[in-house]
Amino acid sequence: MIDPIKPPRRKNPLLRTRLPASPPRPRSRTSHGFTRAAAEGRFMLQRCEACGAFAYPAREACPSCLSPALAFADAPRQGTLLAETTARVPSDVYFRERAPWRIGLVKMVCGPTIVAHLHADCAEGAPVRMSFQLDKGGQAVAFARPEGDTPNMADDRQWREMTADPKFRRVFVTNGRSLIGQEAVVALKAAGAKTVFVGVAEPWRPFAGEDLLRRQEGVEVVTLDAADEKSAADLAADIGGKVDILVNTTEYVRAGGLLDRKGTSIARDEIDQAYLGFINLAQAFGPAMRMRGADGVNNSVAWVNILSVYALANWPAFGAYSASQAACLSLSHCLRAELRPGGIKVMNLFTGPVDIEWFQTVPPPKVAPRAIAQAIVSGLRGGLEEMYVGDVAEEIRQRLAANPKALERELDK
Amino acid sequence: MKKSQRTPYDGIVIAAPVTIPYVRYSIESAQWWIGRALGALVAQAGIKASDIDGLCVSSFTMGSDSGIGLTQHFGLCVRWLDTIPLGGASAIAGLRKAARAVQARDADIVACVAGDTNHVDSFRLTLENFSRFNQDAVYPYGAGGANASFALIARNYMRTFGVTREDVGRIAVAQRANALRNPHALMKAPLTLEQYLAARPISDPIHLFDCVMPCAGAEAFLVMREETAASLGLPAARLLSTIERHNAFADDPMQVRGGWAMDIGELYAMAGVKPDDLDIVQTYDDYPVITMMQFEDLGFCKKGEGAEFVRAHDLTIDGDFPHNTSGGQLSVGQAGAAGAYLGLVEGLRQVLGTAGPTQVSNASLGLASGFGMINYDRGLASGAAIFAGPSR
Repeated sequence: MIDPIKPPRRKNPLLRTRLPASPPRPRSRTSHGFTRAAAEGRFMLQRCEACGAFAYPAREACPSCLSPALAFADAPRQGTLLAETTARVPSDVYFRERAPWRIGLVKMVCGPTIVAHLHADCAEGAPVRMSFQLDKGGQAVAFARPEGDTPNMADDRQWREMTADPKFRRVFVTNGRSLIGQEAVVALKAAGAKTVFVGVAEPWRPFAGEDLLRRQEGVEVVTLDAADEKSAADLAADIGGKVDILVNTTEYVRAGGLLDRKGTSIARDEIDQAYLGFINLAQAFGPAMRMRGADGVNNSVAWVNILSVYALANWPAFGAYSASQAACLSLSHCLRAELRPGGIKVMNLFTGPVDIEWFQTVPPPKVAPRAIAQAIVSGLRGGLEEMYVGDVAEEIRQRLAANPKALERELDK
Repeated sequence: MKKSQRTPYDGIVIAAPVTIPYVRYSIESAQWWIGRALGALVAQAGIKASDIDGLCVSSFTMGSDSGIGLTQHFGLCVRWLDTIPLGGASAIAGLRKAARAVQARDADIVACVAGDTNHVDSFRLTLENFSRFNQDAVYPYGAGGANASFALIARNYMRTFGVTREDVGRIAVAQRANALRNPHALMKAPLTLEQYLAARPISDPIHLFDCVMPCAGAEAFLVMREETAASLGLPAARLLSTIERHNAFADDPMQVRGGWAMDIGELYAMAGVKPDDLDIVQTYDDYPVITMMQFEDLGFCKKGEGAEFVRAHDLTIDGDFPHNTSGGQLSVGQAGAAGAYLGLVEGLRQVLGTAGPTQVSNASLGLASGFGMINYDRGLASGAAIFAGPSR
């Protein structure tokens, strides 16, 4: 059983901030099948399509029958911890700083044995459940947890290295005018965030839900117009060193594609708000977050984007909006690479049409803003990189994987 | 498929055991160490470099070089060449290949050499780049290197067979006693069992004195036919038998035995000797628990009786079971791939009667084993050789 982590003390401004280090990153190309699984929170192993045997580590041919048909498939998570050890003097800087570090060898029910990071409550000879997590280098690693839940489970030191749990962290929700933003504030506070900063543009203009936002304890309303470079920079000068998790809830939804619009003014607004707003936020807050990736219990850990699933496949009815989202998606991959040295996760949350005014004419199912807020919390707790929220988003994901052309034709209706 | 009968080694001998004394760190290259060893081989055997017509090399730190680059580097013109990247099994594997080469007359004199340098950062780089499975599925887990991997094996082995740290420690302590007689051993201070037990943990249950010290050095020997040695007037040991096995017992969930257990019958049958007949034994001691495993798998006792065997025997030079008489890697140091050669080269000196201060009296029949390549969760390569001195 592990003790709950304590709320971090106020930072001593005289002390040097420890710089982030990365665990070993090199992997074979095939091994990135685990990266994909970890990004989505799935547990996948290679499974031989010829003989059905599971294999691990990543291979190019089946060790049971030499078939090259080794596809990554969802696999049972159960295993037994055969033996453990605690590395006390690792040769690598990241682990040396975090030693003692506990690992073990797990015999999986489905066959292979896996070297894994261990949750402190795992015991030799006892059953464990396995997952792939993204470590601070952004690479997939196997992590064994006890089969059942244990007290303060998420506070485990090694587990917390893999996740972006809001507990005791300071979160910045960029747009408090949106329903998603307001729900995110509530959910993140409920998840144990110490402070939630919430951005509001033109704060003298009243908005629905404002009272609730301002009344909540531990919530600080701050002024931010993400589309305005100076506004973002000014705010970062105030709170940039205290943002451990940034949730980009910028929202600018307008219907229409190309031919039924006149000129570029709406498209320009979409780009200003979503795309350039993203750039402004990244340039204002990214560098400090990257510096603070190893800054104690409330280190900087994650950047969350809420994206339309139509970033992945254009929906002509909202065609220009889809394009602005696609631009943001591409930018998120750039941001992920640039925040990587800090060990900061960039989590993209894809959603279908949300139950808000701007999707008024779209038939259900629509995603409730609260569901998105809950997904943000569970994604941070699980240390995920990609999430699909709601039935529409999940369906688009599957159809895209199955046949992108079919999806393109069918979105045109 | 029926297993075929192996051809016996007929008049194959090993001569000129060479050790280039180790240093903890070296600013020289692996090639420098290998060159020293080749030079010593030629000098000790009284031959010309041009007499060497076969070359077998092992090293972790040669950079982009393999055996072929070394031929030009050292001005050797050979008609048989091999580079063996088998870590701790390199010496046995190299010996086996060289023996068959000279037996088939593909070569007359094969120089087998292993050498590694140890720069301040060499060891970490070797750990990082050891193998694909290691890179993908071991090193990112705490970066504990071989210590962590063997810790898992050791922990399981010790728990399964009720082995204590004290049992394992006896091996390390005995080897230190041997090392105190070897002027080339890097460890020069005596080691008591109390000190062994009190050492700081590295990766539980592996503690400091379970670990070898990475260093720089080189080892070498010559393989030839008996008549070649005779014509050169070279004292030589006869090769009686060898075994080699890779990825044995893949279905064992954890390693509790090495590949030796698969081939042990053949090892002694081919040599025509029994374990009891051996005068000296040199095991591959990257960790003492692996040595204990070898005592079982090489037939000195049954599986699970390793601890009892160690308690019942004196493993020092003057003891009833002289073992790792130079002090082994645990006390001499591990010079990369040369660590694979250390036991065999010392064993050859023993049966040739040239071991000097570590000489076991009347040693004529020896065994040396190798173990290597913890690719993922276990050591994959194993091998052993039995050889006899001229007095037998």
